[in-house]
Amino acid sequence: MTDQSYNFAYLDEQTKRMIRRAILKGVAVPGYQVPFASREMPMPYGWGTGGVQVTAACLTPDDTLKVIDQGADDTTNAVSIRKFFQRTAGVAVTEATTEATIIQTRHRIPETALTAGQILVYQVPIPEPLRFLEPRETETRKMHELEEYGLMHVKLYEDIARHGTIATAYDYPVRVEGRYVMDPSPIPKFDNPKLSDSPALQLFGAGREQRIYALPPFTHVVSLDFDDHPFVASKAPHDCDLCGAGESYLDEVITDDQGGRMFVCSDTDFCRSRVAAGHSGRLGAGGK
Amino acid sequence: MTPEALTGGFADAPVQSAHAFRAALEALSRPATIHSLHGATPPEPLSVAAGVLILTLCDATTPVHLAGDHDCPALRDWITFHCGAPLVAAQEASFAVGRWEALQPVARFAIGQPDYPDRAATLIVEMPELSSEGPRLRGPGIDGIATLSLPESAAFIANRGLFPLGFDCFLTAGASVAGLPRSTRVEDV
Amino acid sequence: MYVAVKGGERAIDSAHAWLAEERRGDLSIAELSVPQIRAQLALAVNRVMAEGSLYDPDLAALAIKQSRGDLIEAVFLIRAYRTTLPRFGASRPVETAQMAVIRRISATFKDLPGGQILGPTFDYTHRLLDFKLAAEGDAPPAAATAPAGLAAVPRVTDFLNRDGMIETEARSDATPPDLTREPMEMPSQRPLRLQALTRGDEGFILSLAYSTQRGYGRTHAFVGELRIGMVAVQMDIPELGFAVDIGEVELTECETVNQFKGSKTEPPQFTRGYGLVFGQTERKAIAMSLVDRALRWKELGEENIGAPAQDEEFVLMHADNVQATGFLEHIKLPHYVDFQSELELIRRLRADVFATQEAAE
Repeated sequence: MTDQSYNFAYLDEQTKRMIRRAILKGVAVPGYQVPFASREMPMPYGWGTGGVQVTAACLTPDDTLKVIDQGADDTTNAVSIRKFFQRTAGVAVTEATTEATIIQTRHRIPETALTAGQILVYQVPIPEPLRFLEPRETETRKMHELEEYGLMHVKLYEDIARHGTIATAYDYPVRVEGRYVMDPSPIPKFDNPKLSDSPALQLFGAGREQRIYALPPFTHVVSLDFDDHPFVASKAPHDCDLCGAGESYLDEVITDDQGGRMFVCSDTDFCRSRVAAGHSGRLGAGGK
Repeated sequence: MTPEALTGGFADAPVQSAHAFRAALEALSRPATIHSLHGATPPEPLSVAAGVLILTLCDATTPVHLAGDHDCPALRDWITFHCGAPLVAAQEASFAVGRWEALQPVARFAIGQPDYPDRAATLIVEMPELSSEGPRLRGPGIDGIATLSLPESAAFIANRGLFPLGFDCFLTAGASVAGLPRSTRVEDV
Repeated sequence: MYVAVKGGERAIDSAHAWLAEERRGDLSIAELSVPQIRAQLALAVNRVMAEGSLYDPDLAALAIKQSRGDLIEAVFLIRAYRTTLPRFGASRPVETAQMAVIRRISATFKDLPGGQILGPTFDYTHRLLDFKLAAEGDAPPAAATAPAGLAAVPRVTDFLNRDGMIETEARSDATPPDLTREPMEMPSQRPLRLQALTRGDEGFILSLAYSTQRGYGRTHAFVGELRIGMVAVQMDIPELGFAVDIGEVELTECETVNQFKGSKTEPPQFTRGYGLVFGQTERKAIAMSLVDRALRWKELGEENIGAPAQDEEFVLMHADNVQATGFLEHIKLPHYVDFQSELELIRRLRADVFATQEAAE
């Protein structure tokens, strides 16, 4: 049931037009952060206001929306955002990745391969990949303009010198179509390869920082690395204890105060589908 | 202002513009795919697709340039009434509409600034028809190679040479629309 | 068998119900009404209007009630409501020279045309808890108030201006930018900075202003004039061809007079800092004018000593408490995924270190 006291998908039409224009420019210049006049939303900054605005600008009444946080449909903030769109746009919702036409996400890319016609909307806290190397917007804007990405390589190389490996485990920077260095949002670097050449459209919204950027389908995205230290998409060296998947990203769950722990898929829909299909892990229903 | 200027807009703007935007987004995200746009009946010579794009994307904050035959009283009134967009010269336009010949020279249009490449014009190119027969295209949004009926190749090759600057295009014919962002590489034939 | 944590939706509903109950509190105590908050907690209402960027004392009072007195939460409620409001147009600039003042003081002249009017101020109260207020007392005796706005009250800075002693601010009819409608762009102009400061967090602006007084970008400020009162808001009505009064707002305006020995580009003269804030909010208005003045170092040809209050990106990007509190508090949201990836990384790095140590031994 849609709340009639607000416009379809909450935002007024003028705001949606402004956001839509920014999205189109983002699509035209993949990886470039388009400034937009982010609005105050009825949820706090830092809690997905950018993603919510992008989703609101994209939604039609025919869409089926999925919202995940940390890969899961049932985390509190995902529940809250899903409810917001049920209330203000009256759209159908789903937990099944394959049924969704728009997926809003925080910190994960679903395990199930995305398809043409789907849109993945990322919530982005700090869109500027160079921000922690240079806090000033005036400077980082110049660095993007001049393709001055040396500082980023120096930082990654310092990691290698000190630790023997690049010590960035999430929010791992990428280069888009050989031009812009882009922040993929705080997804684990395990997810980075899925950014590249996806059949789905990927949109990124940063509300507080007032930026929107995009990866059109089939856009080439490379995680920054060095010839002698190539990028590795790593994960915990375990299988899911519920569904037995060996190739999914895992959450570590502490089960007692004696050091007991288990590993389960962070993508709850992926895990449930596998269990439904009869797969089982160490502690699953079909397990020992 | 003629009474006709007051008609032909969206009957249900929030929903119709949402559908229209998704089609436009698909078109620009997947260059050379052809989509249809509905919901507006603009005065001649504006096509339905171009009319829907203008209603969906333009307002008082987006200066619009009408090129050639499109710069006529009926259309000026229609855009003023439905969008409130200021009508301006080519150089100042965020959006420009017209036939390809009328939009020439396209070098007049804003291509963005090196630090703000987004501040570039969007051209809505009115075509006699739109088909998948034409130059080969590659780039973001295209799985390998695609083809699209373009009015010419040279101007788009030159535009790609400016990347990340450059203008972006929607090609419209009747109710059909295709997108051609500045990132697309057009093969010379 | 382990079952993943479920019930996010039920947990949220229960939390909301609990919150509503806590907000109302003990039912044997009378409920606080919105008019009571508006009338008796007026300074809190003013702060919420100023930082919420919406002049509506009733809504601000409602927000304070709903937020259980958490003023930043109340500001957030007002901001979220404000963005949904349609815009009918822009008013003319308000004429603060025509203000019906209830308070008007100058620290730079002992007496001046229009006089010094203390008004309803805490300034010379002894900060002794008044236990009579704890009991339900009678109404206080009526105060002898100055007849508001009857006499013309010229501006102090205009006296100085007559002798060329203070910089002249060039009149401009340019439409100021609006950071609620356009993304903030750096470097910024003074009108945008003033907008960001007036809706900025009072505590943040206060501390920055204080830091300039302690040498981090010192500007030698005196309060040339501080005035509080109602001003008329006028709007041009194109159909009528003239402006009409559409209402009035209470404002606090502060103009500081700052010593300035001159620079390469400017002669020795006094310079100005400016503060203008909704409601009776004089701490904020004074602080704003100090920070405004500190941020003007570039246009006045002053030295940038690297003080926080001179750094416009630092000031403007961090002044908004709705942005700040949202991002600060978001770290309590789930971060299992990022944390897990860090956990794996640290384990691997530790394993490498121990392996190297073992090999060495």
